[in-house]
Amino acid sequence: MTENAEHAESVEHTEPAELAEGAERTELAESVERTEPAELAASSERTEAAEPAEPAASAERPGVGRRRFLALLVAAPTLTVAVQLDPQAAPAAPLPELPDLGDVLNLAALPTSHLLTLKVAEDGTVDFWLPREEVGQGLTTAVAMLVAEELDTPLEKVRVHLDKARPELVFNQLTGSSNSIRSLYDPVRTAAAAARQRLAWAAALQWGTDPERVTTRDGRAHLADGRSASYGELARAASSDRAAEQPVALKPRAAHRLIGRPTSRIDARALVTGKQQYTLDLDIPGAKPAMVRRPPTLRGTVRRVRNAAAVEALPGVLAVATIPTGVAVVAETFGQALAGKEALDVEWGPGPVDELDDETLRAKLRGAVAHGFPPLLGRHLDAEFDFAPVSHAPLETNCAVADVRDARATVWAPAQSPIAARKAVADAIGLPDALVELHVVQAGGSFGRRLFHDAAIEAAQVSKAVRRPVRLMWSRIDDMRHGRMRPPTHHKLRATYAAGAPLSFRHRMASVAMDVRHGFGDALTAGLTGLPLLGEATAQVMFALSLRSPYDLGATRQTLTELPVALPTGSWRSVYSGTGRAAEEMFVDELAERLGQDPVAFRRARLKTAAQRAVLDKAAGGWGRELPEGWAQGVGFHEEYKSRTACVVDLDATDPKAPRVMRAVIAVDAGRAVNPRGIEAQMLGGLTDAIATTLRAGLHLDKGLPLEGSYSQFHYARQRNSPYEVQVHVLDGGPEAEPGGIGELGVPAPVAAIANAYARATGRRPRSFPIDARIDFEPFPR
Amino acid sequence: MPDQTFTVNGETVTVDAPDDLPLLWVLRDLLGIRGPKYGCGIDVCKACTSHLDGEAFNPCATPVAAVAGRSVTTIEGLADGDRLHPVQEAWLEQDVAQCGFCQPGQIMAAVALLKRTSEPTDAEIDEIANVCRCGTYVRIREAIKAAAARM
Ligand code: FES
Ligand code: FES
Repeated sequence: MTENAEHAESVEHTEPAELAEGAERTELAESVERTEPAELAASSERTEAAEPAEPAASAERPGVGRRRFLALLVAAPTLTVAVQLDPQAAPAAPLPELPDLGDVLNLAALPTSHLLTLKVAEDGTVDFWLPREEVGQGLTTAVAMLVAEELDTPLEKVRVHLDKARPELVFNQLTGSSNSIRSLYDPVRTAAAAARQRLAWAAALQWGTDPERVTTRDGRAHLADGRSASYGELARAASSDRAAEQPVALKPRAAHRLIGRPTSRIDARALVTGKQQYTLDLDIPGAKPAMVRRPPTLRGTVRRVRNAAAVEALPGVLAVATIPTGVAVVAETFGQALAGKEALDVEWGPGPVDELDDETLRAKLRGAVAHGFPPLLGRHLDAEFDFAPVSHAPLETNCAVADVRDARATVWAPAQSPIAARKAVADAIGLPDALVELHVVQAGGSFGRRLFHDAAIEAAQVSKAVRRPVRLMWSRIDDMRHGRMRPPTHHKLRATYAAGAPLSFRHRMASVAMDVRHGFGDALTAGLTGLPLLGEATAQVMFALSLRSPYDLGATRQTLTELPVALPTGSWRSVYSGTGRAAEEMFVDELAERLGQDPVAFRRARLKTAAQRAVLDKAAGGWGRELPEGWAQGVGFHEEYKSRTACVVDLDATDPKAPRVMRAVIAVDAGRAVNPRGIEAQMLGGLTDAIATTLRAGLHLDKGLPLEGSYSQFHYARQRNSPYEVQVHVLDGGPEAEPGGIGELGVPAPVAAIANAYARATGRRPRSFPIDARIDFEPFPR
Repeated sequence: MPDQTFTVNGETVTVDAPDDLPLLWVLRDLLGIRGPKYGCGIDVCKACTSHLDGEAFNPCATPVAAVAGRSVTTIEGLADGDRLHPVQEAWLEQDVAQCGFCQPGQIMAAVALLKRTSEPTDAEIDEIANVCRCGTYVRIREAIKAAAARM
């Protein structure tokens, strides 16, 4: 990132002061003006004509598909505000003409949006309870920015807590589909704006003046005569002894000082000092380490433990307990639990896919779309692509802490779907839901994995069996072999063309069925009421909502065929697009070549909107530059979740067996960019995922189990695979833009860019991913 | 069980643990020092990276008996009270961490590298094998260079 995005560079100059001295409101405003990212400036040019001075009325803009939220004062000793959907203003909220997955989930979440709570304490600290999970995507930081912005208080004053499972939130506690900021942008700002107005009111009351004369800045209320009071001092006076509506006016965009400003993570210091507490770092009194010995094949069963007593006698081992998924060993330390688990002698029953291997699976997937396209005489291009399954492999392995007593259970886990998790735990240990409390803990990565709560269920089962609290952890080997995986896919694509122009485009995707239960399915069904998709299988709905071609390629049709194979699958960052859209982007390159056109020019001519072209142009600024022998550039584009991105990579394939991405330029328009620095981080993550899954990282299935058992075998990218130079350009989506999704956006474009660069460098189009799928290791014993 | 005596973050500790118990679990489960993370247990992911007598090592693959009488530093022992180590400062400036789970190990690896060479080359930085599943490598590289410049 030596030549990083302009905004990142400008951050370097202005940020230390901010970090060191706390966000001084006035200074922030100044530095924003000084350092306004060149791109923001440039792109507002693009839309300037459409930007009138924002009228005051636009502070509350109910129109343009925006829904209104009501703020309520909550009876409490210090100022406490809750937000709900305005029942008057809640129309049969029309979905946009082409809804995406996030739109539908947001709609499902709407009726319960009133349960966001914000509290101002007497020391001026602002506590906000977030019904979402932080997995490293920087959500708590973005939310704290929204709060600090509307409340006119320094970012450091805002504390964001991850809410425990709250069943009354129904569909409003699911972290997925890149929809968190999209769904929270308005209600969070409403809560903070209401609190600010109430504080101003309390100050006015104290000073015997009009609330309109009170200004707020830096966590204080001010009057022109010099009087001022801190929010802490006002928090009690601003509180209410009964529930009451609080009118709200949101800041107009032009007044934003923090939103849109590259901002570092609020938890960064905890993260670099080792103080951040993940699930297994929590000090739960008496909770002992537990690990589970798992069957030699996926979803195999336990028949009998032959040596339980001998294992229980090992040093440090406290108990052995059989649970449905394996045999647990509880010990004084994880080292001893691990040794105990390895010493177990278990008779295993078969699982549902014991015979399954890569070749059989591949043949099935190909077979599923074998008769996809009829023979054709006219001019056409056909291509096929395969993607291997990949492990989510978050660095923190699957884990949970559970304390199950006779009449209640408490569980701590990294959970993206905590309501479903709580219910699953209750069912598994035979308690009514109401007696289970599930705390959401910040996760050490997810990529989709924490939508599943298997570790929480296991921890509860073990705790119940051994009658003591346990800290349950999966070994890395188990995490990779028995965890979830992105399902393997096969893609068949066809374009017809005449006179140098495409006439039609078809994509038939075959995938092992993706497990999308655990909260997703129900939320989708709820959000879909009244849509023609209602009644379709969840996966079909998700596919229809997520896989879209941004190009005009003539009559376009994309279909998904799912194979019911009992593999433990799950959505993996970017769901269907990481494979599906990536395959399409490779195909577009091939089509351009067939038609004798440059890949960037061809895309540009076929993209549908000016915003799409702006992103492509920005990323392709250095397209065609001189490169050493054996190197080549590749391009990819992707649009989803109301955001769009393009990526150009320079690939060194001098040794075709060891290609390396040396440089990447990424442009991204995520609508209203709440935190450009966080968006950049997400794009860097997507790029690294792309490098890994395109070039070297994939699972091999053999006799019903992945061979890969650690990072020495599943080749996720390391520093030596990472480019020396990356530029991320965060474009602004224009004055009317709302935030788009960002967490999953960044994978498909660089996957395609890398594959396309590889094809141009070597003259060979890769058809199967990862390109290098060699097995260069001796698998661990099962 | 034998007593094991060594120094952690400047303090001498004695724990009752079998000789072959990996140090990672002595730190995390017996001493409550939970900055070093488990990511693989077999010296592959490097999430547990800490220092032994000033050099990077991996406590998941080091039996506790091997550190008897020696000095262990974990991420918790890197800062000088409230004053962060320049590498930690550089990490803040570049806003490196995403989920953060690998970062204690990344930082300890970077500190060890900068001890060996004050101006690491790209090739030397490439040799840091710590996995970052969130893909923060680009910012890690920048942070190491920034820290080198600052030190
Ligand atoms: S846990 Fe020590 S190297 Fe992975
Ligand atoms: S920051 Fe998540 S693994 Fe590195």
